[in-house]
Amino acid sequence: MSYNEKLSANIEEYLEAIYKISNNEECVKTTQISKNLGITSASVSEMLKKLEKMRYVNYSQYKGVKLTDEGLKNAKRVTRKHRLLERFLHDILKLKNNFLHDQACEMEHSLSDEAERALCHVLEHPDKCPGNSVIPACDLKFNTCAECIDRKEEEVNEVGKRNENLIPIMELKNHQKGKVSFIRGDYKVIRRLLDMGITIGAFISVIKIAPLSGPVEVAIRGSKLAIGRDIACNVFVELIEDNK
Amino acid sequence: MNSGTTIKPKKHSKILGNKKSEEPKKVQKKNITIALAGNSNVGKSVLFNELTGSNQIIGNWPGKTVERAEGKLLFEGNDITVIDLPGIYSFSTYSMEEIVSREYIAFQQPDVVINVVDASVLERNLFFTIQLKEMNVPMVVCINQIDLAKQKGIVIDTKKLSTALGVPVVATIAIRGEGLHELMEVATDIAFNKSKNKITTLKYGAEVEDRIQKITQLIKLKNLNLGYPYRWVAIKLLENDPEIRRLIQSQSSEVVNFSYDMAREIEKIHNEPSFAVIASERYFIANQFAQGAQLQSDIKITFAEGLDRIVTHRIFGYIISALVVGGLLLWTFVIGDYFSNLLNQAFEFFKPVDPQISGPIMGILWNGAFGGIVAGLTLVLPFVIPFYLMLSLIENSGILTRVAFMMDSAMHKIGLHGKALIPMILGYGCNVPAIESTRILETRRERLLAAFTITFAPCTARTIVILGLVAVFVSVWWAIALYVIDIIVMFLLGRIALKIVPGETSGLIMEMHTFKIPSISVAAKQTWARTKSLIYVVFPVYIIASALIQGLYAYGFLTPVANFLAPLTVSWLGLPVIAGVVLIFGAVRKEFTLLMLVTLCGTDLAAVLTPIQFIILALVSMLFIPCLATLTILLREFGWKATICIALSNIVTALIVGGIAYRIIALFL
Repeated sequence: MSYNEKLSANIEEYLEAIYKISNNEECVKTTQISKNLGITSASVSEMLKKLEKMRYVNYSQYKGVKLTDEGLKNAKRVTRKHRLLERFLHDILKLKNNFLHDQACEMEHSLSDEAERALCHVLEHPDKCPGNSVIPACDLKFNTCAECIDRKEEEVNEVGKRNENLIPIMELKNHQKGKVSFIRGDYKVIRRLLDMGITIGAFISVIKIAPLSGPVEVAIRGSKLAIGRDIACNVFVELIEDNK
Repeated sequence: MNSGTTIKPKKHSKILGNKKSEEPKKVQKKNITIALAGNSNVGKSVLFNELTGSNQIIGNWPGKTVERAEGKLLFEGNDITVIDLPGIYSFSTYSMEEIVSREYIAFQQPDVVINVVDASVLERNLFFTIQLKEMNVPMVVCINQIDLAKQKGIVIDTKKLSTALGVPVVATIAIRGEGLHELMEVATDIAFNKSKNKITTLKYGAEVEDRIQKITQLIKLKNLNLGYPYRWVAIKLLENDPEIRRLIQSQSSEVVNFSYDMAREIEKIHNEPSFAVIASERYFIANQFAQGAQLQSDIKITFAEGLDRIVTHRIFGYIISALVVGGLLLWTFVIGDYFSNLLNQAFEFFKPVDPQISGPIMGILWNGAFGGIVAGLTLVLPFVIPFYLMLSLIENSGILTRVAFMMDSAMHKIGLHGKALIPMILGYGCNVPAIESTRILETRRERLLAAFTITFAPCTARTIVILGLVAVFVSVWWAIALYVIDIIVMFLLGRIALKIVPGETSGLIMEMHTFKIPSISVAAKQTWARTKSLIYVVFPVYIIASALIQGLYAYGFLTPVANFLAPLTVSWLGLPVIAGVVLIFGAVRKEFTLLMLVTLCGTDLAAVLTPIQFIILALVSMLFIPCLATLTILLREFGWKATICIALSNIVTALIVGGIAYRIIALFL
């Protein structure tokens, strides 16, 4: 399976940068990437063509570049490791904020999946990095964090990994629809969500997002709920295309 | 509808206490207890009001800050007591409301539970119905607001639903009284013939159901004495309910361990915690029932939804939020001020006497007891009544949830969410109803944080002091400056409290109810009942405490106290010695500060105090302690410890801010 292959650090950096800039869905311009990574536009274009061949991105000279599903999956995996490491450096090693990014960039490529999972447990499944960006969900096939914590290392392989990309409902656009697949966080939040009808497997769609990083209004089981951002970034869905 | 002819509110004779032990039920008894249970905002309180009229008592559940509403009616010769349980979504998140409801249903055993259900949101409401059914209570399902559902294109087949659930189902439009007669007929019928509720067990998926039955059998075998049905306990154990687990642990740890193993097995199969599996399955059942009973034509966009779009619009939404909040404030202030003035004129003859001249008895009775009554009448009531009325209207219409939705991100700055805005703003009118309305927040921590911040809000009484002392004797600009200082203090202390009070902020999860036109009669009844319960709490305290302080003063106990306080009042704050006494009076009622000063020093205050002293006295009396009514309500809502902490932090803040201000202002004046 492709995600077990080891990608070069360079490719991972590119995917990570595109993911970060694209802010979901939008196309990214070559110049934005070259600015972000500090590399000339020419070499960025070169690399993007290579990434397209590897089927990680769709690239067009004019529109810019967009991640494919496979590319997105890898981008999220690296981003997750990066942001988890930042949390670790900040919370446990108490490093100053200006060291976090560079140090995490160095470490993210060599962090194994096992170490990542252990890190997530130690940090108590954090949802945001010190810079307040959302940490993507892991790709283990668990439905909640509670289960992951209880499992031993060797059991995790039986559970396997999911193929779909998970998106927190906070990042859904107006009127997008999804199936709840993973809820991150402690028992209390999960219980409250369950009672209000947000159960694993339920269909949920976004009605409206309040401005100024306010709450998200969703439709679930025929009722409408307002969910604060802090909770909305912990409810992950598989996107469902409307025409299907 | 001729329900009016047979449903007659009956005059109640006395407040009913808790019926701890009930007689074993006879077949035809005349006294029936009915409990109303269901999600919030499904029209439960409307139904309650329609049934009981003005015959209701609103108070708290013993030892809990959960509202308890009880009313009476006479129906076909039966004396019926109706208890309105708090609106909840489940029996599982162990909030106070849920524990109150579940203990009431299990231990007080109402003769019948009417489960009120919102017809437009059938599935989510049935999730709760299923849990009630599991508790094995005699029940009737009342599908309410069928008119609103019809507008959305939803029609419900009550017969089908009734067959599926095994309990009677009645459709109603409570706000118009439709279907209530039938509802009461069915409910009393069930109360007399409990066996009419079929004992159909709602079955879960095989792997869960097997384990529920295994645990049930083990509990049966152990013959545990629980008060709850065995099957319900088994399900709760699988859900890891901590309360129930503790209860069983004391009787049989074997059952707890066994259920723990069973829960683990379910978790292995589903890769989810067992409570999540059970919730999903319950929703699955709810979905099946809802689908089976509900005919939905095309979803129509109703007027309410169009309105919703405007109210949560990214620009209009804020304007409307500001209008709602500002309007409520203005209404409370303007109407409150008007009535307060009217009442003040009526009580114009009331001026505190100097007990050193009139004698102690007169001081206690006149200044103290009667003064307490006047304070309550002129200051609390005129603001509380219009406020409750408008709040009730706004709450029932569904606008409040939209305001909270829009303002959520701003409130996060002081660790609260959107809903907390309402109580905070009300604090500007009067702290008492403001603190009471913090109940709309979910956790105790949030309620406490909001209440703490509210105690610094410049209510009308404080405004009187600021205006009377500073604006009159110094200048309007200094008065405005004090207001600004107060707002800064509120914000800073809110942030500090956020750091100190442990616990996490609970995020916002709030149902966005459909807009509806609120019923004025329901709002009026709610207002009256709430005001009544407030009077019972506030007035006695006002009268007794006010008399007590007057007594202490009259017998000369306060002068030593004032002298004792002199290092603080004189050296640190730069005030005259008399200020100690004045401030103590201010604790009863903030504008007493002004009145006592006049009583003790005469009307020409400018001869007694310097401009700085005016400013400092106003500042300190504004911050230094919540008034007696506020303290009473804090005590009722949060208990001794929190009240003392809040009062102390008020005093400390007043002293620090006052002392620093004294030294800084001295540079200017």
